[in-house]
Amino acid sequence: MSDYSPPVEDIVFVLRHIADLESLMELDGFSQLPMDEVEGILEEAGRFMVAEVLPTDRVGDTTGAKLQADSSVAMPDGFDKAYKELVKAGWGSITFDAEWGGGGLPGTLGMAISEMLTATNMAFSLCPLLTHGAINAIEAHGSEEQKSFWLPNLVSGKWSGTMNLTEPNAGSDVGALTAKAKPEADGTYKITGQKIFITYGEHELAENIIHLVLARVEGAPPGTKGISLFIVPKFLVNADGTLGEKNAVTCLSLEEKMGIHASPTCVMEYGNSDGGATGYLIGEENQGMAQMFTMMNSARLGVGNSGIAISERVYQKSLNYAKERLQGRRPETQKGDQSPIIEHPDVKRNLLYIKSQLEAMRCLVYYNSALVDLTRFGKTQEDRTSADERAGILTPLSKAWSTDVANEIASVGIQIHGGAGYIEETGIAQHYRDIRIAAIYEGTNGIQAADLVARKLPIRNGEAMEELLLEIEKDVKENKLDDLSEPINDALSATRASNKYLLECFSELKIDAALSGATPYLELLSKLVAGWLMAKSAEIARTENYPKEFAEEKSATAEFFCKQILPTATALAPAIMAGDEILNAGINV
Amino acid sequence: MKIAVCVKQIPDPAEEGSLDDATKTLKREGKLILDDSDAYGVEMALQLADSAGGEVVLVSMAPNGETNGLRTALAMGAESAILVSDPALQGTDALGTAKVLAAALKTASPDLILTATESTDGYTGTVPEQIAELLEWPSVTFAKSITIDGDKVKVERQTEVGYDEVECPTPCVVSVTAGVVEPRYPSFKGIMAAKSKPLEEKTIADLGIDASQIGWEGARQEIVDVAEVPAREAGEVITDEGDAHEKIVDFLKEMKVV
Repeated sequence: MSDYSPPVEDIVFVLRHIADLESLMELDGFSQLPMDEVEGILEEAGRFMVAEVLPTDRVGDTTGAKLQADSSVAMPDGFDKAYKELVKAGWGSITFDAEWGGGGLPGTLGMAISEMLTATNMAFSLCPLLTHGAINAIEAHGSEEQKSFWLPNLVSGKWSGTMNLTEPNAGSDVGALTAKAKPEADGTYKITGQKIFITYGEHELAENIIHLVLARVEGAPPGTKGISLFIVPKFLVNADGTLGEKNAVTCLSLEEKMGIHASPTCVMEYGNSDGGATGYLIGEENQGMAQMFTMMNSARLGVGNSGIAISERVYQKSLNYAKERLQGRRPETQKGDQSPIIEHPDVKRNLLYIKSQLEAMRCLVYYNSALVDLTRFGKTQEDRTSADERAGILTPLSKAWSTDVANEIASVGIQIHGGAGYIEETGIAQHYRDIRIAAIYEGTNGIQAADLVARKLPIRNGEAMEELLLEIEKDVKENKLDDLSEPINDALSATRASNKYLLECFSELKIDAALSGATPYLELLSKLVAGWLMAKSAEIARTENYPKEFAEEKSATAEFFCKQILPTATALAPAIMAGDEILNAGINV
Repeated sequence: MKIAVCVKQIPDPAEEGSLDDATKTLKREGKLILDDSDAYGVEMALQLADSAGGEVVLVSMAPNGETNGLRTALAMGAESAILVSDPALQGTDALGTAKVLAAALKTASPDLILTATESTDGYTGTVPEQIAELLEWPSVTFAKSITIDGDKVKVERQTEVGYDEVECPTPCVVSVTAGVVEPRYPSFKGIMAAKSKPLEEKTIADLGIDASQIGWEGARQEIVDVAEVPAREAGEVITDEGDAHEKIVDFLKEMKVV
């Protein structure tokens, strides 16, 4: 029996009631799909992931991607077939514009499919995830000609995409990058330089790889203001769309990583003795940083989604193990018999700790994704602007909180497995190793917290944030959220006090003081928003004719989250408002 | 070439089924899915239609109007479906099923009918030949491959020791062994397209079938008793005293593996 069954019922519940997918699909710009057909589509996609992708997960971890003598990368057994079947089935392209061969459906429905893909093999899922980012960037900033030339094959998955930002001395500090671009007479550029940590930089799953590369045009201003974005294909593409000669792009080596072993993390060399790799400028020169952020935002939400995916996988595995593993004896059990460990209160607590937070992050990330969809196709400009502001506030939460919690969940999953969990054979350790990176890439979680405090909270001097808090407050007051309203109100007060303090820090130019509390602030706000959405979920399950058992489970996870997890965040208020003195006193620079 | 494929929609075998106490038959109230063993016939038909030109029509029967499994097969690429749905079908046995399917198949007038060798939830394995007999068509069983050659089909028919090469004039009924082709996954586009494909529902009255021939009344078989599946017995442990290899070979012979 497989150790993952797609949680379609839970996913549909959140899509329906928290993300309001039905309203999204009614917006002009999205394809129409009756809500009652969504479940069937997700079931079919889930069946595909379990049959075709899941069997590649373990072998991918044990074998890993391997660099060959000819600079090609050999993927683990089964990856090639799984990728080709995925392209044929079309699950990677449902959210892209029909103009480029996509299904035109909201990104939020794509999140659900992506969750299942990532749960069945996180390392594999990164190939479509990076392609997705490349498509978004070309779609948003490319010329019409570039769009019709590059997008159809990227959307179908025939070609894959990458993001090339990082260099040895330019990681989080992208502005320090040194890759060069030299303009040619024909309008193309010659790109030279080295990039590191390039996910799926080289492989042969797809026929071509479209690298999006950040580089400096000669004479460009220093820092982030002098960065331009280029399309650099692995194989040059002829005007008729056929593949031409190999571009001067080479994978020099693969990193040996802690997890996601099957995802080739490449050192890429652009150009060498040959004058450079041919690249095509996207938009104008020196606009690269802003353009790259188009990729980053969707990728950040995608990374948050991987937190859900791995947590779900860990939960199902741990639950099954706890039901089967006999150890210790409950008082009511006959002497000599052993009890399944799921009967022990502490194991139950661990399981509910996972389950409630897993559901909470699914609410948060899908809600965030719905706001991103509204940003594109909301009915009025006002709708689009307010959705954009709120999506901006929530994206760092989705990325950082979901992945921090998923790391903890993977650890608790190992704990449930006991000593066996520490042995690779059980398979649970792989998830712990795999998910670790999610707190780091696409902007470390510390950067997410700084982004939240320094860029998002100050939007309209805190008004956009306050509108979110007012909506939560109103919901708690008007709807019968029962006794869950108290912990939510407590967290609301703590958040308001923190907001006031942080905004004051900025107006007094005490930037370090504000940033010192950024991480605990992100945790507080994440748990508040998630707690609100969990309480809403429980209320909806109670009142909307769901089966009794389903409603009771939703009540239990909401109650556990709001009463046992949310207060731990409320208690962070002093840490948020402690300023930077203690850090300076405790850590000598 | 018009190819009809008989498909059955069954309760998901991945979920624990239960029996109706009164009738001792499998409960089929929930959602039904395409029987896995029928996916091979659908795939075989789609490949034949691709290579020889033609269309694939599905024929199925269900007491409660369920179409979920049929939509899966339509999403794989079949052009249309006929579903015989009638409350009176409840309790129909294998021969009654064959009568209903044969009548529905006649309305589709195919050149070739493909079926599975047996269903996963019933396992009678008699319906394909009963359909052929009712239509007075020839039939070939256990096909591992089929090629169309003018007005006949060439079939590789699996046997215990290998396969027979059989030729049969069309129209005919061929049952397809499970596992001989790899059924395609329904693609996203296929699923979207399946929504608008014709799915014709017929009652037994539409087909001119006398109600006495079907359902509990028409059934000529009766389930007199059901029993729990016996618990799995512990395996046999062979201690090697120099002759373990012989004992293993004997065991495999007993299992008819070698």
